[in-house]
Amino acid sequence: MLKDQDRIFTNIYGMHDRTLAGAKARGHWDGTAGIIEKGRDWIVEQMKASGLRGRGGAGFPTGLKWSFMPKESDGRPAYLVVNADESEPGTCKDREIMRHDPHTLIEGCLIASFAMGAHACYIYIRGEYIREREALQRAIDEAYDAGLLGKNAAGSGWDFDLYLHHGAGAYICGEETALIESLEGKKGMPRMKPPFPAGAGLYGCPTTVNNVESIAVVPTILRRGPEWFAGFGRPNNAGTKLFAISGHVNNPCVVEEAMSISFEELIEKHCGGIRGGWDNLLAVIPGGSSVPCVRGENMRDAIMDFDYLRGELGSGLGTAAVIVMDKSTDIVKAIWRLSKFYKHESCGQCTPCREGTGWMMRVMDRLVKGEAEPEEIDMLWDVTKQVEGHTICALGDAAAWPIQGLIRNFREEIEDRIKAQKTGRMGAMAAE
Amino acid sequence: MLRRLYHDQPESFAFTPENQKWAEAQITKYPEGRAQSAVIPLLWRAQEQEGWLTRPAIEYVADMLGMANIRAFEVASFYFMFQLTPTGSVAHVQVCGTTSCMICGAEKLIEVCKDKIADKPFTLSEDGKFTWEEVECLGACANAPMVQIGKDYFEDLTAERFAEILDELCAGKVPVPGPQNGRFASEPKSGLTSLKEFDSGKTQYNASVQLAVDLGDTVKRIDGTEVPILTPWLGKGKPSAPKAKKGSASDTADRSKGRPADETGVSKQAAPAKATAKPEPAAEVAEAEPALLTAPREGGADDLKKLKGVGPKLEQTLNELGFYHFDQIAAWTEAEIAWVDNRLKFKGRITRDGWIEQAKTLAAGEDTEFSKRVDKGDVY
Repeated sequence: MLKDQDRIFTNIYGMHDRTLAGAKARGHWDGTAGIIEKGRDWIVEQMKASGLRGRGGAGFPTGLKWSFMPKESDGRPAYLVVNADESEPGTCKDREIMRHDPHTLIEGCLIASFAMGAHACYIYIRGEYIREREALQRAIDEAYDAGLLGKNAAGSGWDFDLYLHHGAGAYICGEETALIESLEGKKGMPRMKPPFPAGAGLYGCPTTVNNVESIAVVPTILRRGPEWFAGFGRPNNAGTKLFAISGHVNNPCVVEEAMSISFEELIEKHCGGIRGGWDNLLAVIPGGSSVPCVRGENMRDAIMDFDYLRGELGSGLGTAAVIVMDKSTDIVKAIWRLSKFYKHESCGQCTPCREGTGWMMRVMDRLVKGEAEPEEIDMLWDVTKQVEGHTICALGDAAAWPIQGLIRNFREEIEDRIKAQKTGRMGAMAAE
Repeated sequence: MLRRLYHDQPESFAFTPENQKWAEAQITKYPEGRAQSAVIPLLWRAQEQEGWLTRPAIEYVADMLGMANIRAFEVASFYFMFQLTPTGSVAHVQVCGTTSCMICGAEKLIEVCKDKIADKPFTLSEDGKFTWEEVECLGACANAPMVQIGKDYFEDLTAERFAEILDELCAGKVPVPGPQNGRFASEPKSGLTSLKEFDSGKTQYNASVQLAVDLGDTVKRIDGTEVPILTPWLGKGKPSAPKAKKGSASDTADRSKGRPADETGVSKQAAPAKATAKPEPAAEVAEAEPALLTAPREGGADDLKKLKGVGPKLEQTLNELGFYHFDQIAAWTEAEIAWVDNRLKFKGRITRDGWIEQAKTLAAGEDTEFSKRVDKGDVY
């Protein structure tokens, strides 16, 4: 288990002093100017060496992403935009950073912005997080008062302004180009790529969009060295990570752990085990709603990192939002609810997604009740394949994958239900 | 979901003076010429003030930001947090129904809503105090099931506790938000499994709850006095926004009136609100109508957009009032500025943006830094 000394978020539950003074006492804002003095290239190289992969779900190497920003400005300003539009079902980790350990993020914003030549940074927080917004704004005001932001921020010689902006309840704005559109005061509809944001993003200027957690871990990595960070987890899956465990565990929680921890250890150490014991585990969604679910029996020994979950289990780490379902769960209905979510959140720009998400939800609707023909399962599978990969952004994929995961793992459950409905009797599975 | 404007719209909308100040400060977060970026925060503030988003409010915000109305309507109908129909006078209850909450009992919470509020979402309860809806994931999954009432999250709920909370609100009380099962935040309920070595004792509430408790009456409509906006990025000592010239206490009327006061009879805001809410009625400058033209002089109108602070929308307004040339603006007296100011939606910007000085320079045929950028095509 990760030692407390190796935890980056030392006030994730907010039980200790949440002010700037408290953050400083815990080691934040220590030698920030010294880090910046070492220069852009040094910071980017250190980030690459740390092996940090983006914490927003896709797992793209953060240092590499920063290196795409133009080295010399062509007259346009550069921007860092922090994606705090945390709305992936199951995910509730960034909220804890922003309300309880906000100075990790603020300091990270300064350093990351410097590393990409940005004098301004926008944090885009989801609209529903109103108290979290107030808490974060309070911390930003504190940092300004202490001279850590603004002109000559933290005595580094770098002028830096940090602005907090909020959305109004659209999941799609978590997609980076939709977020940029929304930040420009438009409907949050994703843009075609290329051009990528690093070439033309916010207001047509070079922009990098990073997740809150990716930015908030930066100062600590640079202070303690990339080797320290890379020392956790398997190769290519380095570091510590906030896990958010919800659903049918005895003690749901958000906790920072080393990458590549086994699922069993994570659940036993922090969540007090599965409700009703391991034999009662039905299924797990290991990385937020967008990744396929995994059958419980395959999950116990699973290693919680990007490569294992994708390679061995056909799922993904995503945002490390673990949704645990025990045998009392109607798994078809649980996935149907996700289909409903994606139907609700499709922005309507691409036809396969706009029409497909509604169509998939309606078929799922019937599968929940068992009022369908067995052939429709294959038809549904086909449709998910037609939505997947045929849209501008990944929302179409995200809507397709949970259903594919359901069909792959729980086909007999669906078939059984259809049979039971047809014969008017309970099938073997349903009677359990 | 079909989202349309409500059939029964009020006549007009205006921000309270404090909210107006807040809105103008919010706009300073974005680069010049990018005021449109502020549309979501401003629409949201309008909704916080009124309880729902009315057509005049959308138009008011669009005008303020120099946007076409349709662009603001688009935004209002795209984002689900904007309530386009009237909501309960006390609170709008949003139950998270997505998977994590659903498997932890959100359906029971929805039953409570149906039972206590109305059968259907977006329908006023009989006493008009509440409306409810099922929303998608609110991002507090480790504290499922949960609801958002007003601005606050009530987490780790049971149907019984949720029903009690609604009863308390109905009786005019403001329940303490946050986890309702004794947890502090999102730590394991049985006790800490990590960060034990950093124990420093704990505050009574987590950050979100603390903010709510400090505010006290968290379900009342926002008039702008609650959480002031600071604009440190503008540099210290500079006022964030011009002082509202007009406005009296009646503008900040308690929009939550009609709901009973809490047990003390005084909401916690009442005290601080008194200290800051009343804008000082600054000495009114008498108005005088400046010389107006019905059409531009020979040679065509000047490009008023070269004035920093004047966008396409304001240029049009100025033209309609009868101003086409820099020299006209350069010649305004203080009384005439007041006249124009009172005809613009965006009071105070003439002096704040220094139109007169800019117009004098431009009328003399010289360039300002901003006008050079307009010429280069950088701005519009």
